[in-house]
Amino acid sequence: MSSLSSRLPPLAVLATGLLALGLAHVFFVVPDDADQGFSYRIFFFHVPIALTAYACFGWGAWKALRHLQTKRGGYDLESYVAVHLGVIFGTLTLLTGSIWAKISWGLWWRWEEKQLVLFLVLFLFYCAYFMLRFSVEEGAQRANLSAVYALFGVVLVPVSFFAIRLSQSNNIHPVALTSHGPNFHGWILVAFCVCLVGMLVLGSALYHLELLGKRLDARLRELREEAA
Amino acid sequence: MIVARDLAKRYGRKRVLANVSLELRSGELLLVTGPNGSGKTTLLRLLAGLAAPSSGELSHAIEREQVGFLGHEPLVYRELSALENLELFGRLYRIRERGERIGMLLERYGLWDARHERVAGYSRGMQQRLGLCRALLHDPALLILDEPFTSLDGAGAELLDRELAEARARDRALVVATHDPERLAALATGRLALA
Amino acid sequence: MRRYAADVVTLARKDVRLELRTWQTLPAMLLFVVSTLVIFHFAVPAASARAGLGLLWVALLFAALLGLARAFVAEREQRLFDALVLAPCDRSAIWLGKAIAVLFFLVGVEIVALPAYALFFGGLGGRTVAAVALADLGICAVGTLLSAVAAAARVRELLLPLLFLPLALPIVIGGVGASLGHGRYLGFLALYDLLFATLCWGSFEYVVTE
Repeated sequence: MSSLSSRLPPLAVLATGLLALGLAHVFFVVPDDADQGFSYRIFFFHVPIALTAYACFGWGAWKALRHLQTKRGGYDLESYVAVHLGVIFGTLTLLTGSIWAKISWGLWWRWEEKQLVLFLVLFLFYCAYFMLRFSVEEGAQRANLSAVYALFGVVLVPVSFFAIRLSQSNNIHPVALTSHGPNFHGWILVAFCVCLVGMLVLGSALYHLELLGKRLDARLRELREEAA
Repeated sequence: MIVARDLAKRYGRKRVLANVSLELRSGELLLVTGPNGSGKTTLLRLLAGLAAPSSGELSHAIEREQVGFLGHEPLVYRELSALENLELFGRLYRIRERGERIGMLLERYGLWDARHERVAGYSRGMQQRLGLCRALLHDPALLILDEPFTSLDGAGAELLDRELAEARARDRALVVATHDPERLAALATGRLALA
Repeated sequence: MRRYAADVVTLARKDVRLELRTWQTLPAMLLFVVSTLVIFHFAVPAASARAGLGLLWVALLFAALLGLARAFVAEREQRLFDALVLAPCDRSAIWLGKAIAVLFFLVGVEIVALPAYALFFGGLGGRTVAAVALADLGICAVGTLLSAVAAAARVRELLLPLLFLPLALPIVIGGVGASLGHGRYLGFLALYDLLFATLCWGSFEYVVTE
């Protein structure tokens, strides 16, 4: 527990610092994009948020695997917290992606955006994860079922991506407008990297924070029971 | 055969079992007693390997296929007949000379005449007897019975008494949870009272 | 290996026998799929061949869900998971036996549904049938495991569709794509089946034990 709480302050500081730096970078240093002007700046947040969400889901799946292998320790809770955070970042991805689409193309939703569609599918999948957790009594069985489902999620990511890409390439769902990300060079690359690392560190800080909170909660309950 | 130390089981926040230790060897019969809700069923499920303890040590010196278990439910398919049920479990347990063993058990427990009828049509007592047949089918080295006398009439209870005595004589290990410990007091080699 | 196969066959036969005796699932699935196709005719007024194919996949998917919801009903209500888990067979054999039985029922439904579709909407190619066959494998593999997962939960009838539909999306994409004539989707479906069947086979043990 102490290792968690000792890691938190430096992580929080680092996250704040990096993101502040990134923000400044994005608004003051990076030049306007040739096609999309000022508005494409949301890309610097949208993509790092998306990647952080993927990282959370991946981390959650890793912890789920560890739980199934060892059946002990706090792996179930760690997996749950990671997935929880992943859903939060995922929601933000959908929101920022939607805003970007509105600013760029005037539409709140575009099926052409493979990443967005993939995220929608994952969002639905992991919402079902929560429904599963809420429907089963707390205990070893719930931990096992959650872990297995989390693993399915991680396999779903590449499979869905591949499927969505296939469906677009064959014009089954016509792609009326294509989008280009900004070209990576110079300050743009630096700004992007700073934002990406900052977002990942933020994710890590939030993960530790939530984990710490839940573990304290559990410990408190244990102490109350022993006292009773 | 079984060694358990400081077993505890909790379902989330509910602690169902705490600080249970026991040792069971071949030829012993352990009686588990206690009021409703004291965790008898949970303990038996742990011993059978159907649940994992939350803490403590539990070691079995035998394989899964040598365990026979009868829970609160008879654990048979209601829409199949007695014969079909025992055939199914006979195959799964890879019992040699399945037909004979099944026939022998059905006869002994008075189910031979009803063997082709759906279990759903049986009385509760007959279902319980069939559950026993299923538990005994593979001649398990360890027999775990959760309140086996439930629903059994006088004749059925006598059959069970005899079966348990025979099992002990043949060096089988037995764990029986019961509300009526006096019935098996003579046979029992150990008692465990759960609070 | 032979023992494993024998266990799977024993379990699959048991499930088919149960269904043939009680007829609890198959007639409902049949009625559902035909009714759904009729509703689709009226719901989508000028259904082109392409749109119609999509509706076929929706109908099949939801009919499958109906069957999957009933897959472990006996094991759940009569606590038979205990008996199966105690048996010496590999736990994955429980999954495989059940999945084969569900496949059997699903194919039975499709034997009626596909001709009905051809009758109502016209146009059913060989590729569609192949796609349906491949999709069935994936649906039964993943659906059976999730049916066992949902069986442990309180609101299981609601939970199964929620758990299953996101995972079924690639199947729908593959199926519709193949139905529209693009051969490579069949390869994609085969890949999905292989990947997820392996995952199910390996993880079912954890679904039914603690």
